[in-house]
Amino acid sequence: MFGYLTGFDNDVFDQFERMRREMDQLLGDWSGGGGIRSAVAGSYPAINIGASPERVDVYVFAAGLDPKSLDISLQQNLLTLAGERKDESPEEVQFYRKERFSGGFRRVITLPEDVDPNKVNANYRDGVLHIAVDRREAVRPRQIEVK
Amino acid sequence: MSETKEMQTHGARDAQARAEQEVFLRPAVDIYEDSGGITLKADMPGVSRDRLHVQVDGNNLAIEGQAAIDMPQGMESLYADVSHTRFRRSFTLSTELETDKINAQMKDGVLTLRLPKRAELQPRKIEVSVG
Repeated sequence: MFGYLTGFDNDVFDQFERMRREMDQLLGDWSGGGGIRSAVAGSYPAINIGASPERVDVYVFAAGLDPKSLDISLQQNLLTLAGERKDESPEEVQFYRKERFSGGFRRVITLPEDVDPNKVNANYRDGVLHIAVDRREAVRPRQIEVK
Repeated sequence: MSETKEMQTHGARDAQARAEQEVFLRPAVDIYEDSGGITLKADMPGVSRDRLHVQVDGNNLAIEGQAAIDMPQGMESLYADVSHTRFRRSFTLSTELETDKINAQMKDGVLTLRLPKRAELQPRKIEVSVG
């Protein structure tokens, strides 16, 4: 019985996800986020952002990128990523599918306001660029001891 | 009575099958052909060599990979384009490709597969002599 319910739940969520995507396509991304600098869903590269009390982590899913071609800058809490992925396929071949992105890209991400632009760390591994920005200490939750 | 029972077991099996059915990301691919064979490139960011599986079963080619991303504990998601970590996509191969000579390379999250054509099936240019 329980198993059946979970199955049903999954189905409902799948439907919601599909509906959300369709709505996004029709109306633009209004469902949360929709920042003035946000990019179209499905743009290269895909980005995930996570926050913990100590730092903000940005994961950029950018396969096949030359890290040297990447230009990352952080101005206050605005993170700008720019780069180019070259089309390395040989000429004079017959293409059946060309879904992979090639060309230049630029994305601007608004991070939480308490990030410290002087404490940024970036590394690129297996096609994922991980940028970690520390948050200022003042805003970290502090344990208050009762004496 | 027995009918309801059967329906219940069937329903449970169905639900189990659905629970096992994971959601996969569909990697973007480039596929192109030259006279020697077909090249397939797939974007699978976060997938390292040891978490990649390329499998040929008969004329079916399946690529699968698990992205490994180390996230700190207690991280709260602020924004996410990507909400799954498994990639999967499959293709049907044609018989003129030599499936036992497929070469796979993984670099910076891009999988490159080279599927050579059988030597006897590679196109040969026929010269037309004039005279």
